[in-house]
Amino acid sequence: MIPNARIEEAAYTIMGKAAIEIPEDYRTGIRGMLEKEENELSRFVLMSMIDNWEAAEQDRRAMCADTGVPRYYVKVGNEARLDGGFIGLEHALRSATARATRDVPLRPNRVHPLSRQDNNNNVGINAPEIEYSFEPDADWIDVTTVHKGGLFGTDYRMLFPGDGIDGIKKFFLDVMVQFGRRGLACQPAIVGIGLGGSKDTAMVLGKQAACLRAVGDANPDPEIAKLEQELKDLGNSIGMGPMGFVGTSMVVDCHIEVGYTHTGGMPMSVHSFCLSSRRATARVHADGRIEYRTDPKWFTPYMRREGIEWCADAALHAAE
Amino acid sequence: MTLKSARLRLPVETSDLEPLEIGTVVYLDGIVYTGREGLYKKIDEGVMPPVDLASLGNANFHCSPAASVGDDGTYNLGAVTATASFRFSRFLPKFFEISKAKLILGKGGMSEQDYRDHFVPNGAIYLTTVGYGTGALLGRGIKRVRDVHWLKELGIAQAVWVLEVENFGPFLVESDLRGRSLFEQSNRETLDGIERVYAGLKFPALRRYGETVNRDDEVI
Ligand code: SF4
Repeated sequence: MIPNARIEEAAYTIMGKAAIEIPEDYRTGIRGMLEKEENELSRFVLMSMIDNWEAAEQDRRAMCADTGVPRYYVKVGNEARLDGGFIGLEHALRSATARATRDVPLRPNRVHPLSRQDNNNNVGINAPEIEYSFEPDADWIDVTTVHKGGLFGTDYRMLFPGDGIDGIKKFFLDVMVQFGRRGLACQPAIVGIGLGGSKDTAMVLGKQAACLRAVGDANPDPEIAKLEQELKDLGNSIGMGPMGFVGTSMVVDCHIEVGYTHTGGMPMSVHSFCLSSRRATARVHADGRIEYRTDPKWFTPYMRREGIEWCADAALHAAE
Repeated sequence: MTLKSARLRLPVETSDLEPLEIGTVVYLDGIVYTGREGLYKKIDEGVMPPVDLASLGNANFHCSPAASVGDDGTYNLGAVTATASFRFSRFLPKFFEISKAKLILGKGGMSEQDYRDHFVPNGAIYLTTVGYGTGALLGRGIKRVRDVHWLKELGIAQAVWVLEVENFGPFLVESDLRGRSLFEQSNRETLDGIERVYAGLKFPALRRYGETVNRDDEVI
């Protein structure tokens, strides 16, 4: 039985960690870009960011005051049992959000879209969002928080199969350039791309690809991994860097996730996870132990539905 | 090439701004006050702030802090980061008139047109934050919250925070007294590369309504 109080504690702790501690994979990625970057202004931006993360950790203050819109991704082991149930879990996540908003402090960013009512705690209607996935043969739950800021750097487009790789590249470049100018996307970013599914699936997959995969990891499908590398190189060859200055530091990594889609279409989304790529994960074990990490490990083989019932016969069989 | 750098004492005189070239790194000492949609819109609607803005100095920061207000009324201020400035463009004439601001601090700059029309005549320049996520560095530069106005009316994020700052930065000079823009200069410098990476890529079958084909355009 996983105690609900431990879930609240874990969620509260990762809220602070995400806001303050830049994930090591992202920091290493930016250091690597700095080594290659030759433009003085672009170099200055990258060095300032590295200083900023150090200042955040030393002072225990948020790395960016736009603390994004905090949200959660919960992966539940198939054997996990929660003593408060899922309702208890959701209460815990909302309470952790409100407490961390006051204590870190985080900016109360969440307001009603029309009245602009602000509860000053980042909690409101449909906020924080909580998304779920499941894992076989596990009795823990993983709680990940992502504080993605950025009103910019994300876009969606319905492409068609005939548009092919050219269409993908062109839309990718469109997003890089339109939000790269003046650095609206706060690049270099982890760029996540969702390909396929329905429109909403493409958006969700792209966001998860940006926010829930570490810099340096590749999609297990070699064809997709190749496209990830190609798009990353393409982004870094535009001649644009941080803040839209001349440079080569645009994409710290590119992650693509796919879903089976309508035979006539190829929906695509692009998401930029900014210079404050904030994510933190806690695993809460059945005995209440908590382990913290920065790689959400969200896209497990099971998540990508590898090797599970994909042909009609097997699916029918499994359903019996 | 190494970047030039400067330290400015607030409030500034226009003559202090004279030597500042675009791309210079700047740090500030003195008083800045924050303002974003809440403040600008109210002014636009003719509702005057509860304090004479010009008495708060002449540096306005498009920002809101990550802050909380304790039960005892004290402020806990963590990080500060700018918000994108372009959307305040239409409020500028009235704002300059009542605030007498000479430094606008923010994110992403405004257009050269705005600089020529509104900044140059007022002897003002624009400083951009860096990154833009340098919230912790900027937070360090804030020594004290001197005052908060319109906290109840506008909420923490939109209120007018009056901040005492020391070695506050880094900022980059985005526009100079002649109205030149570092960002627009960068746009011109990067245009060739953009044309090059697009070369040979065909348009998707389905265009977007009103889709621009001119890569010199910006979306803002
Ligand atoms: S995009 Fe990211 S780094 Fe930039 S201001 Fe927003 S949260 Fe901060």
